Amino acid sequence: MLRAENGRARESIFTRRKRTYTLILLGVIAFYVFACTITEFSAVDGLAAIPRAFVWIAKNLVPDAKALHRFPNILNKLLETTLLSISVTVTAAVCAFFFSLLGSKTTKINGAVSRAVRMVAAFFRNVPDVVWAMLLLFSFGQNILTGFFALFFSTFGMLTRTFIETIDEVSASCTEALYATGATYMQTVFQGIIPSALSEIVTWVLFMIETNIRSSTLIGMLTATGIGYLFDLYYKRLDYGSASLVVLCIVATVILIETLSSRIRKVIL
Amino acid sequence: MPILEFRNVSKTYDNKTMALEDVSFSVREGEFVSIIGPSGSGKSTILRCINRLVDATQGVIIFDGQEITSLGKKELRRVRTKTGMIFQHYNLVNRLSVIENVLHGRLGHKSNLSGIAGAYTEEEKEKAFSILDKLGLTDQAYKRCDELSGGQKQRVGIARSIMQEPRLILCDEPIASLDPSSSKVIMDHLSDINKTMNITCILNLHQVDVAIKYSQRIIGLTKGRIVYDGPADQLPQSTIYEIYQSNKGELITDVEG
Repeated sequence: MLRAENGRARESIFTRRKRTYTLILLGVIAFYVFACTITEFSAVDGLAAIPRAFVWIAKNLVPDAKALHRFPNILNKLLETTLLSISVTVTAAVCAFFFSLLGSKTTKINGAVSRAVRMVAAFFRNVPDVVWAMLLLFSFGQNILTGFFALFFSTFGMLTRTFIETIDEVSASCTEALYATGATYMQTVFQGIIPSALSEIVTWVLFMIETNIRSSTLIGMLTATGIGYLFDLYYKRLDYGSASLVVLCIVATVILIETLSSRIRKVIL
Repeated sequence: MPILEFRNVSKTYDNKTMALEDVSFSVREGEFVSIIGPSGSGKSTILRCINRLVDATQGVIIFDGQEITSLGKKELRRVRTKTGMIFQHYNLVNRLSVIENVLHGRLGHKSNLSGIAGAYTEEEKEKAFSILDKLGLTDQAYKRCDELSGGQKQRVGIARSIMQEPRLILCDEPIASLDPSSSKVIMDHLSDINKTMNITCILNLHQVDVAIKYSQRIIGLTKGRIVYDGPADQLPQSTIYEIYQSNKGELITDVEG
């Protein structure tokens, strides 16, 4: 009797699992078809266009002699953009760390402040950096400050969120022990939380530096500064050779930073 | 005069779960007391009420002649320096070295700033090394804590608490995650500290046989109430069943009989 019931239960749990997966798959397909119809997007046409795009790129986006002549200028602007990204990320990281202490479950001062911190961080994070740049254009104009603050706000929002998660994860046990020895809040932060979270924090900061170099290119087009401005300028003058050199330089820089950061991570961990 | 006294202490979590109900007992200086009871009976809550990691809802707790449930921040810090704590999961800062973790025991005695900077005096460092020597950890002093075995980590936990120069050490399941031989090492060290340094020890234990062997006195706790408080060697078998609310033959200690 009992065994029969057990058997039925076992049967049903597997059929139910199968049914769930089938339903999810059918749902995804239906949603895809629906979205394609609404937007009049055809996957076949889209795929067919890709080779044509590559042919155009191969034909036009090749650095020529004129581009090489502009190389020093490009490097100069690229350096400016890279340094800006690094300084923005580091500044935002320091602010985000102290802000995230207030938001984390283990180190919060009280529940209301913690919720407020999470909401502020979500707001800064969810407004795209390009939108920040367009909004800030009104107050700062086409200036490097506009780019700085646009990147700062979105980086700050992103890092606050990830730091809160990191602190929650690493510090529950050691903060309890340090408080128990009579350590103060700040002593616990500097002796317990920072050493525990350091490698995760560094990983995220390096990742954000990479991301910000890419984003700052886009923002530079709006604010007429840095490497983004240069790309925009060449592109609009139909000087595709120089524009392509700019792209190649950006890719090379990001790869360089990626390599460097994975080295740094290895040393720290 | 007792070093620690609980008077009618109760604790309710979130206005619902009753963790402690009208608990009263006192501990004399130099005693070695074990608290036994099933999971969720309130053992951890008792220990955490003493150093105020948890605040009691009702009742009076007196430690070293001071009523501690109403202390301000500064005095609470002073009380915490006088009570060391040892945890089941060791609660060390795993990324730091052994010696740095031991020195954390001094944080409560230091000014805020020198603690933040981790600036310890030569005497403090010397003391930390001599404690490590006593616990057989000299070779591990510069290793990172995540390289150690469980038994070694717990010895670092003990070293950190002795570094505080405490009057009382609270041990929350100190051997629950350790194998039998490391467990014996830890219990022997605790017993030795209790005898030679005259530091009062209060332990939460799951192992009834260990509690009977090492402690002078046992407190049995069931559903937040004390059901036994007396000498360890006089704990009747029937009371053990009462504490764990089970019948003969249902406990792991019954196996050998």
